[in-house]
Amino acid sequence: MSRLICRGELIEDRWRWVDADEAPAPAAGEGLILPLARWCAQRPGLDAARTGVWLGPDDDVAPLLPWLATLPLIAIRFPVFTDGRGYSLARLLRGRHGYAGELRAVGDVLRDQLYFLQRCGFDSFALRADQPPEEALAAFHDYSWAPLSAR
Amino acid sequence: MYRYNPTDQQLVDDRVAQFRDQMNRFLGGRLSEDEFRPLRLQNGLYVQRHAPMLRVAIPYGTLASAQLRKLADIARRYDRGYGHFTTRCNIQFNWVRLEEVPDILAELATVQMHAIQTSGNCIRNITTDPFAGVAADELFDPRPYCEIVRQWSTLAPEFLFLPRKFKIAISGGAEDRAAVRFHDIGARARMAADGRLGFEIHVGGGLGRTPMVGRLLKDFLPREELLNYFEAILRVYNRHGRRDNKYKARIKILVKDLTLEGFAREVEDEWAWSRGGPATLGDETFRSMEAFFARHDTAPAPADGTYDPAQDPAFSRWVARNVSPHRAAGQAIVTLSLKKTGVPPGDATAEQMDGIAALAERYSAGEIRVSHEQNLVLPHVARGDLPALWQGARALGLATPNIGLLTDLVCCPGGDFCSLANARSIPVADAIQQRFDDLDYLFDLGPLELNLSGCVNACGHHHIGHIGILGVDKNNEEWYQVTVGGREGERGALGRVIGPAFAAEQIPDVIQRLLEAYLAARHEGEPFIDAVERIGLEPFKARVYGGVA
Repeated sequence: MSRLICRGELIEDRWRWVDADEAPAPAAGEGLILPLARWCAQRPGLDAARTGVWLGPDDDVAPLLPWLATLPLIAIRFPVFTDGRGYSLARLLRGRHGYAGELRAVGDVLRDQLYFLQRCGFDSFALRADQPPEEALAAFHDYSWAPLSAR
Repeated sequence: MYRYNPTDQQLVDDRVAQFRDQMNRFLGGRLSEDEFRPLRLQNGLYVQRHAPMLRVAIPYGTLASAQLRKLADIARRYDRGYGHFTTRCNIQFNWVRLEEVPDILAELATVQMHAIQTSGNCIRNITTDPFAGVAADELFDPRPYCEIVRQWSTLAPEFLFLPRKFKIAISGGAEDRAAVRFHDIGARARMAADGRLGFEIHVGGGLGRTPMVGRLLKDFLPREELLNYFEAILRVYNRHGRRDNKYKARIKILVKDLTLEGFAREVEDEWAWSRGGPATLGDETFRSMEAFFARHDTAPAPADGTYDPAQDPAFSRWVARNVSPHRAAGQAIVTLSLKKTGVPPGDATAEQMDGIAALAERYSAGEIRVSHEQNLVLPHVARGDLPALWQGARALGLATPNIGLLTDLVCCPGGDFCSLANARSIPVADAIQQRFDDLDYLFDLGPLELNLSGCVNACGHHHIGHIGILGVDKNNEEWYQVTVGGREGERGALGRVIGPAFAAEQIPDVIQRLLEAYLAARHEGEPFIDAVERIGLEPFKARVYGGVA
């Protein structure tokens, strides 16, 4: 997860992604992004400031709702870029539930969708490995207009 | 008509630049076919049987003369001199070159047009009544709401990758001329007892592979809540609609799976949060939008004695079929027929488009509408101008007096153009028009809607034709299945198959037999579809198969 765009800048990622069947320990200064089920199961014993959670497109946001104020990072995984469910999850978290922490798009995240992902509330983007980062940064300026539904 | 503000213009200009870049990356091998496909589809670009096809959006079917001239110009410079008006009120160019599409989009942007979301799994062009704003039976003008929904749905970032395409229709008349119950969302104008304006909302209608009549989701939605409520419906669909099987991915399947009540509960839950929120529409929005659609009731009154329908039988026939009542006295709505025998239904040449643009400027406040029956409508004609307009339309080959009659048939491009089609629909349409070309006979038959689709995707809306014809493939041969009893509007129904399919050359005879069954059974003044509803399918089946088998 080296290529990461966060709030319009290319940065080094300080979070480690954890798949459902992994159990790594964090390196120094590194946070973990846990799958939803594990995050739910282990939450009482976790270091809240250094633990994020990731959602698949069919996950429900309900278990997160009581903890949104203290969650530092939520990642939403796009198995393929044409699966639009993650856009609605983002809008739900940002709009209806007022989540203000980092919201990261992960998986099949391509340059041509960045503008619209951003408009739905994503503010960090772990691009698919083959995406040129300079073109990706330019994509946030594809439009100088703002869509009605995300104002 | 709506006019772009600088923001709208910026959007389409930015879109052209974005697509040009995407096209360059695709042609340069830096964007894969799979990654490019949804991008090109959302810009109206299909890869078809012979050549790429570009579908240009005509929002709620409304065009200005300058826009129609631009379409003619594009037909000449980038295509083979004609275009095809579709049942979704758009226009398709069938012979464009892939690498020239960004240039065509740039041309369109100069007249406030685009091809955004004319395909793809997103919210498509909004459609309405072709007589919107001028119909005598209108509760209120739906076009300001169409425009509000157009702006909201254009590049709506949350809804660009839905499970499947999504079609919205909004109508304002007492009679539903927009087939609202055959759309993913259909909204009909309603007025509450206290005078508040709003909409009746239907959901889950559609034709295609699994035709369904929409279900009533809400009997009165206050107009202020239009976007909040639509967004709630779309969000529920986007999250829960099926994505594992494209044939089960439309919202109608979700409504069926959740049950109407279950679906409505999800929508209400979503709406409860957004209701009254930032996307709620205010009176100022309605007023400013309505100002764009001000009436054109100031056209000159009949100046001389030239208006007399009886003066010429040909003129009087045209008035009987192609002229409809306007809400203002002294004015009329004129339908120009794109259904002349020998011309593929819905096609217009560049010369015709230029001619229509000129007629509209002279006689219809510079405005043209596209109907979902694939004809063009001039909505603001002074009755005194009808004879002159008729002459002008005749000179262009657009005055066939057949609106609403058998030969005004609706037809998709079919296997001659479309890579989805199983069968060629245009030659069958032509054979029907050739056979039933006698105007006396057509007038005697009365109102009759015949719809023809080249495959189950149903672009020819065959399910809602009084007579429907569907091209099917059997062992690599083209066959045609016939349905009877479909209809749109208030009493909307899906046609039922009458029996085994036919070969193309049998179709005119089959139609002939259906008409004979009707003529034998009809009561005085009873239209075909009413007779079908009264006597059922049996007499029709007996006449068709009794004679063939």
